[in-house]
Amino acid sequence: MYLLPVVPEYVESIIESEQPDGLMLGFGGQTALNCGVKLEDLGILKKYGTRVLGTSIKGIQCTEDRQLFKDTMIQCGVPVLKSKAVTTFQDAKKVAKELRYPVIIRVAYTLGGKGGGIAHNEIELYEIVGRGLAASMVGQILIEEYVGDWKQIEYEVMQDYDGNNIIVCNMENILAMRVHTGDNIVVAPSQTIDNHEYHMLRTAALRASKHVGIVGECNIQFALDPNSDKYAAIEINPRLSRSSALASKATGYPIAYMSAKIGLGYSLPELANSITKTTTACFEPALDYIVCKHPRWDFAKFERANRTLGPTMKSVGEVMAVGRSFEESLQKSIRMLEIRKDGLVANRNGNETYDEESIENHLLNMDDNVLYYVAAALKKGLSIDRIYKLSAIDPWFLEKIKNIVDMEQRLQKSELESKLLREAKRLGFSDRQIGRITDKDEFQIRKIRKEKGIAPVVKQIDTLAAEWPAKTNYLYLTYGGTENDLPSRTKQEGVVVLGAGPYRIGSSVEFDWGTVNMVWGLQENGEKQVTVINCNPETVSTDYDICDRLYFEELTLERILDILEIENPKGVVTSVGGQTSNNLTPKLAKNGVTLLGTDSQDVDIAENRSKFSHVLDTLHIKQPQWQAFSSLFEAKKFATKVGYPVLVRPSYVLSGAAMKRVWSQEGLKKFLQEAVDVSPDHPVVITKFMLNSLEVEVDGVSDGKNVVIGAIIEHIESAGIHSGDAMMCIPPWRMSNKIIETITDYTVKIATSFNIRGPFNLQFLVQSGQVYVIELNIRASRSMPFVSKLMRMNLINLASLPILGKPLPEIPHDRWKKIHTFGIKVPQFSFMQLEGADMVLGVEMQSTGEVACFGTSFYDALSKGLISAGYTLPEKGTVLITIGGSENKEKILQTALLLKKLDYKILATEHTAEFLSDKRIGEIDVVYKISEPDRKPNIVDLLYKREIDFIINVPSTSTLEKYVGMLHDEYQIRRKAVELGIPVLTTTELADSFAKTLEWLKNNETTKKPLEPYENLY
Amino acid sequence: MVGYTEALTDPSYSGQILTLTYPLVGNYGVPEKSITDKDGIPKHFESDKIQATGLVVHELSETASHWNLSMTLDEWLYNEKIPGISGVDTRSITKKLRERGVMMSLLAVSETEIDERELKSKLENVPKYSDEEFMDIVSTSDSKTYGNEKESIVVIDTGVKNAILRNIRRIGFKVIQIPWNSSIEKVMSYKPKGVVISSGPGDPKKCPKTVETAKSLLKQNIPTLGICLGAQILGLAGGADTYKLKYGHRGQNKPCLNLENNQVYVTSQNHGYGINPDSLKNSEFNLWFTNTDDKTVEGIKHKEKKCIAVQFHPEASPGPYDCMYIFDELKNLMEEGTPGKR
Repeated sequence: MYLLPVVPEYVESIIESEQPDGLMLGFGGQTALNCGVKLEDLGILKKYGTRVLGTSIKGIQCTEDRQLFKDTMIQCGVPVLKSKAVTTFQDAKKVAKELRYPVIIRVAYTLGGKGGGIAHNEIELYEIVGRGLAASMVGQILIEEYVGDWKQIEYEVMQDYDGNNIIVCNMENILAMRVHTGDNIVVAPSQTIDNHEYHMLRTAALRASKHVGIVGECNIQFALDPNSDKYAAIEINPRLSRSSALASKATGYPIAYMSAKIGLGYSLPELANSITKTTTACFEPALDYIVCKHPRWDFAKFERANRTLGPTMKSVGEVMAVGRSFEESLQKSIRMLEIRKDGLVANRNGNETYDEESIENHLLNMDDNVLYYVAAALKKGLSIDRIYKLSAIDPWFLEKIKNIVDMEQRLQKSELESKLLREAKRLGFSDRQIGRITDKDEFQIRKIRKEKGIAPVVKQIDTLAAEWPAKTNYLYLTYGGTENDLPSRTKQEGVVVLGAGPYRIGSSVEFDWGTVNMVWGLQENGEKQVTVINCNPETVSTDYDICDRLYFEELTLERILDILEIENPKGVVTSVGGQTSNNLTPKLAKNGVTLLGTDSQDVDIAENRSKFSHVLDTLHIKQPQWQAFSSLFEAKKFATKVGYPVLVRPSYVLSGAAMKRVWSQEGLKKFLQEAVDVSPDHPVVITKFMLNSLEVEVDGVSDGKNVVIGAIIEHIESAGIHSGDAMMCIPPWRMSNKIIETITDYTVKIATSFNIRGPFNLQFLVQSGQVYVIELNIRASRSMPFVSKLMRMNLINLASLPILGKPLPEIPHDRWKKIHTFGIKVPQFSFMQLEGADMVLGVEMQSTGEVACFGTSFYDALSKGLISAGYTLPEKGTVLITIGGSENKEKILQTALLLKKLDYKILATEHTAEFLSDKRIGEIDVVYKISEPDRKPNIVDLLYKREIDFIINVPSTSTLEKYVGMLHDEYQIRRKAVELGIPVLTTTELADSFAKTLEWLKNNETTKKPLEPYENLY
Repeated sequence: MVGYTEALTDPSYSGQILTLTYPLVGNYGVPEKSITDKDGIPKHFESDKIQATGLVVHELSETASHWNLSMTLDEWLYNEKIPGISGVDTRSITKKLRERGVMMSLLAVSETEIDERELKSKLENVPKYSDEEFMDIVSTSDSKTYGNEKESIVVIDTGVKNAILRNIRRIGFKVIQIPWNSSIEKVMSYKPKGVVISSGPGDPKKCPKTVETAKSLLKQNIPTLGICLGAQILGLAGGADTYKLKYGHRGQNKPCLNLENNQVYVTSQNHGYGINPDSLKNSEFNLWFTNTDDKTVEGIKHKEKKCIAVQFHPEASPGPYDCMYIFDELKNLMEEGTPGKR
């Protein structure tokens, strides 16, 4: 196991040292696939005699190269859309004219439709073609006829070396072809196509995969005319994809596992169905439920981001709901998203009304709220036909949505008798929704429901619709049935672990790692019955073979209580599923549920800023000055006293939602309101924002007496960048021993005084030799897998001990010092996909992923981390420097000098150039701003001509709010650079580290060592 | 999910109440019945009426959406006077059926309280499915012809599906559809290039006349394909035995292994009886296909004569098209006089 960049030179070095017989490319997404193709092109596979297992490179190429794909499909009698591959704008224009606008632009070899788009005219074409050519690995794009209103149907195919092939599952996209499948709301199986269409496409899928020579798994996407049986193949993904993960969870067929076996040479009929164990894997699963996948978008995190849905994927995660009616699955999926919605209708603040024009506009140009506009349209009385014409959503789905809308009205008008209540539950209404409509709270509804004997039933997901007996532990709850597949437990036993819900900004695979490792830890330490509840199809925790029972279910209070009534566990673990499960802690405790680990009251004190600050005061631990929000007047008075900037932060939120750095009175007023909205049940706190301080974190585990410190982590950027967006380094390299002692001391004091029994994360600021505590999270943190892997000490496994009431082993507080490896975590951003989004970082988290690399020195680790996160580290070339504010300019001086010394050509905007010239660092070329296109040389031209290799652009936000006047120009530079894939460094610390990494690389080579296993500590 | 139009009109379901495991039914409605292909064979239906005697579903789609929609499933059942019920936990029924096998059942609707005991005793007294005679109900009473090619294939109709006729047309032959109890003389009077013994309902042992004719076909070495019930009839004719399966095969996702090329095909199946694998040893047949799940017999090939038979439905409709090549195998038998190899 190596933590290294997935790029040819690193993979080659591993091939060289490990001398493997085979290489599998289909499991690491587009990154691995692209890397494999490059390895082949570079002759590396041939050189070492490494065989590609699974689909061959040739097969991959004829699905990835757009033109080759079309030719291949035509050869095997599968129709495709009219299109042409081009490499220049001139050719693109010609083709678009032939095909007639609108046309769709697709980019070869990219993930998630990156860089593509729909052009309705030549101006849009120019924009998208420029972006697309830049994004394409091979400088090639495809101009294609646009069939947005056709149905989008997908098939998941398995095929072995012998050519046996089957369909695992098919899926239908509710938002038709208009929206990328990653951003689409998807049902499995398809609902609106008939037997003939289903099998016509199925046969085409099998024929195509046979012709391409798929070995393992692939996903095939078709567009199907809603007015005839005309169809076209859109694309084939010759690898495991988001859709295959979804198909696996939707059917119980372990696609990745089977693909790996097939890659090794097993045939499908040889392999066993892993649910029944007695039947073969060469079969097509039968479903007796409907699955609904709903994407999770996080547009609110990005000011300026364009929310429109289209051919480019913008979502950051997804959920899957299982039910026995479409209405049930859809409403469940909405609740699973955790976007503070209880379903399609009857939401908090759900009474907004829209005029007809706005509704129609939103149906035509969809954004993330499209389904709510459909509901609004139905309420307004728009006909199904009209809505269909505008939105291209099949009338069948619209009729079902209408059932939900009608039910809301029936609940408003009628008495809440058994039949109606049961029907509402079958349509997926939650107790909270029903309560809101009928003026009751969710617990009253729960009580009424139980009195009337209305409860969900447990059903198994068994791959064969109950046709054969199956011993499966893969479960869901539904109101669409009368019989439980499993009896409720009468004896109290087992532990329930709550998962982390959908991936989103701030909660990603780290918390899934936490969930899975907690399950394993509990099992290892003697727990016989561990149940998981989670709803994210992209996770490992929702693999049914991880735990003893898996409920693919909502992480809502109502549903968890339903499950607990069936499971009757000894207790529930809420500390590993991130903020999702952490937020349920007080609610579950209030409902009499036994929580394992830290006492819910202690968790509450830590989350409640006001109470937390009081405790710190009593412990004599320093913290930035703070005040609980009571009135705007008080808030202003406080801010004036401590001086701007101040930080406004709500309680019980993750990833700094609505947390804002505020520079003025106006800002204070605006953001206080937002903070109150985000966390209405919890107090908002204002703290002094300490400029120019270092940020430090500690990840640890405690049993209430004994504290295990995983590591002390230092942020590379100075405080103010959200911890999820900051680059982090272990060990800290700018701290004195005294400070480290203080931090250790504070950590132990806080962990024991909060009587923490489980994982925790503590955050500090260090300024002028003083240590301040800013935040305590009594739960698993985002950085725990990073710390655990570097320290070879699995913190979550340790945390399972106090959760089960067992003591932690004694581990020295400075164990981390004895590991002489540097580890650096680098965030990964998705600004490219988020059209319009600005990449300047702040206190609210914006990154969508992360990488971590280890090394023998700071720069060894950092250079690998940067490459992994997609930065190119040019050996020579040109840098554009544009810095706002004199303080930042001073800070960048050393970096500029170093770059000059390393022979990089420096370009700078007028003021920055003037400053640098004054300091006599050597020749600086002046370039002009994007807003002054007539002045040459202009930044835009240089960017497009690829004459800039990287950019240092530090905005002068220290004295101004974002986005006023002059800052717009800097935004333009960053945005253009992002679209063209040119690295932009937006903080002085990052620029400095980047330059020093370039210097280090001139004289050194990075190390390539495998990851070392966890130590046994007890 | 898909295929209710095809399944409900499949004569093999005659005398049965159908319950569907997929919970949402009727989404795309029912297409226009009068649409036929150029030979006059209905395009979307497997016979000219609903053959099942009742339908049980979890959720009936009250509205339907499809470009070739002519009515909803509900309207269709109503027009053809076939009772149906929705709002039933069909998964729990399926579990019962998988334990006990196919059971006698009764569908009752009433405004007043239903007396279950009375109904159960009623059910005791009706003729059992296994005792019923279906052939005169499902088979054509006189012969019919589709197409006007010189060369023809005779279809012995033991409950034929239109998809079988369509597939014979596809491989380029005139179709002559004759009653189930036609004699060998009757068959040979058409001078066919080949014969298909069709699928159909019930126990093959209830078709002794067809078995007799099949024996003569084997004797005269007429290229013959048996499908489902037709396969069992050929099996009996060639000295094998048939039996009632504990778990019948019903669905569109049944994997079958072709022992000649070791390939697995996903097939459409609907049968409660099968050919006894042990009886094959002393018969004129070799095993050709097996079910990969329970290893039952899914296809047989005559050791010497031009005769093949499959237990699954190569004509699909409903179901996958993977095995349509079986019809081409028949064509090979007819044209080359040697068993075809794929």
